[in-house]
Amino acid sequence: MEKKLPTIEIIEKYCKGCHICVEFCPTKVLEMKGFVASVKNLEACIKCMQCELRCPDFAIKVTP
Amino acid sequence: MAFDYDKYIRPGKLPHIWCPGCGHGIVMKGLIRAIDAVGLEKNNTAIVSGIGCASRLPGYMDCCTLHTAHGRAAAFATGVKMARPEMNVILVGGDGDGTAIGGNHFIHACRRNIDMTYIIMNNNIYGMTGGQFSPCTPTGAKASTTPYGNPDPAFDVAKLAIGAGATFVARGTAYHATQIDKLIVEAIQHKGFSVVEILDDCPTTYGRRNKFRSVIEMMNRLKEVAVPVKAAEKMTPEQLEGKILTGVLHKVEKPEYTAEYAKVIERAQAAK
Ligand SMILES: Cc1ncc(C[n+]2csc(CCOP(=O)(O)OP(=O)(O)O)c2C)c(N)n1
Ligand code: SF4
Ligand code: SF4
Ligand code: SF4
Ligand SMILES: [Mg+2]
Repeated sequence: MEKKLPTIEIIEKYCKGCHICVEFCPTKVLEMKGFVASVKNLEACIKCMQCELRCPDFAIKVTP
Repeated sequence: MAFDYDKYIRPGKLPHIWCPGCGHGIVMKGLIRAIDAVGLEKNNTAIVSGIGCASRLPGYMDCCTLHTAHGRAAAFATGVKMARPEMNVILVGGDGDGTAIGGNHFIHACRRNIDMTYIIMNNNIYGMTGGQFSPCTPTGAKASTTPYGNPDPAFDVAKLAIGAGATFVARGTAYHATQIDKLIVEAIQHKGFSVVEILDDCPTTYGRRNKFRSVIEMMNRLKEVAVPVKAAEKMTPEQLEGKILTGVLHKVEKPEYTAEYAKVIERAQAAK
């Protein structure tokens, strides 16, 4: 069965580039692109929601 | 679905003013999830603060909010709760606001055991005013006012609250985001004065003076220093050296102040 990929939305105008989501993602899904976070490898996402929970700026939304 | 924070945030208020990587935003999100989980009605919930970066939090919340004078959140909140005991009252603020200028209000709110929840964001510094040391700055740490290292011992906020009579005391960290809402939920549901200390980070005024090269290093410190109370029971004093206990640290039942005050009113009316 094909696994359903989550959607990860990054609200760029809220992101302050703190690196928290990138650093603590257990499967390295995210990366910094300049000053904002962006999705590098969506397939690796295990939908743990830690990036969304820890983002201090309400800038990342994961819909599993 | 992703959690809908917008339901609790005043339209147009984001992005907030906090610096990149400041933990106050993580705490605000935990508070929002907790309010949602308990099912508090926005119009029946007052969020009260003093002054400081942490104390800016109520301005973003689409609830009944009060941004008061430095250190005076507990005094104003007590007024709200006495006038409207049916309201849910939540205080928020920083370590400077709560333990320096507001220390007196803090201990007496604990002593009275009035049914409110106090979330204290402890980043070990006066962030807003440029990094002066607070009563929660660790010994030896650098602040703008202690460039050669702080000679003072720091308060343990949780122990202070327990000693002063708070009936629910818990501690979490900005790194352990999933735990924040759980602790706040329990604090809100507890009848009496509940204190939730969140170990927080101020990369801008504390981190850069104290050899933290990045937000990530500050987050890693929170991750490493925290030991859940249950795990600590199986650890030796040597293993616990330099660690800080997290989780629910204290929970007892005692008469609650607004209920006791209602009895005073009854007695006074009967005596007429
Ligand atoms: C009566 C009074 N004294 C001093 C100040 C200046 N002041 C504003 S915020 C602050 C400290 C805030 O520190 P804290 O509560 O730890 O919040 P943080 O900024 O670290 O989140 C001080 C001393 C003030 N606003 N009012
Ligand atoms: S949900 Fe978990 S695995 Fe997916 S991007 Fe966020 S932190 Fe990484
Ligand atoms: S945690 Fe939030 S603010 Fe920080 S880099 Fe990631 S999306 Fe941006
Ligand atoms: S100065 Fe410190 S406490 Fe204030 S917003 Fe910046 S990081 Fe947060
Ligand atoms: Mg502070």
